[in-house]
Amino acid sequence: MLVEKAVALSAILFVLGTLGALTRRNLIVILMSIELMLNAVNLALVAFSRQWGDLAGHVFVLMVIVVAAAEVAVGLGIVIALFRNRESVNVEDSSLLKW
Amino acid sequence: MIDFLFYLFAALAVAGALGMLLNTRNAVAGALSLVGTMVSLGAIYVLLEAYLIGVLQILIYAGAIVVLFLFVVMLLNLRQDEFSPERLRFTKILGVVIGAFVGVELLLLLPAALGPPAVIPPEFGGYRMVGTALFTDWVLAFEVTSLLLLAAMVGAVILAKRRID
Repeated sequence: MLVEKAVALSAILFVLGTLGALTRRNLIVILMSIELMLNAVNLALVAFSRQWGDLAGHVFVLMVIVVAAAEVAVGLGIVIALFRNRESVNVEDSSLLKW
Repeated sequence: MIDFLFYLFAALAVAGALGMLLNTRNAVAGALSLVGTMVSLGAIYVLLEAYLIGVLQILIYAGAIVVLFLFVVMLLNLRQDEFSPERLRFTKILGVVIGAFVGVELLLLLPAALGPPAVIPPEFGGYRMVGTALFTDWVLAFEVTSLLLLAAMVGAVILAKRRID
């Protein structure tokens, strides 16, 4: 059935996003990977919404899209501020708070 | 037919995600692969009868969010991902192990069969039904979202300003 396949695709995309967020060092690519994870969750919400015929999933997806847009706006603002101070968006160069 | 379209767009989505993930040289190409993933996901939403969400996905994700990424990548004029291999080996192995673990777990926990999907009205997922749900049952969440957007807007402007007086 389509719903199970969609949930499987959602799991695959979520894992790819996790891998990107954990292994890449470019802050912009990390933000993109987080977007990918949010999209995977959206796909699961839409699939289960279809399965049970409940529109709450669609409303939640709208909320997630809004949160993702806000997160990108603030995150890219942080990236620009960071680049202005350090001339780099590599997370290895901004590790003052890391043990 | 629907199955064929689903596999086509699923393959495109995974290919776009892999392109974003594996392209370490060029962040612009990575962002463009992400556009492919977003558009394919929009098509899959339409296959799942989430018409409004599908349109919004393409408008907002492919049209606005990824363009914002491209904007910043070009603004900062980034050449490539700089790696320092000695320090990164541990992180990479950890990332692959955790990713594989989560993937196996999700695919194992995936129910083999959910049973037949619910019978839905013909307008399911159109703007009328989603709008009714949004402005009746979920109107508080909708209002809170507007506050969140306001906070994000103020935060982004202050962060991107050169100097705060």
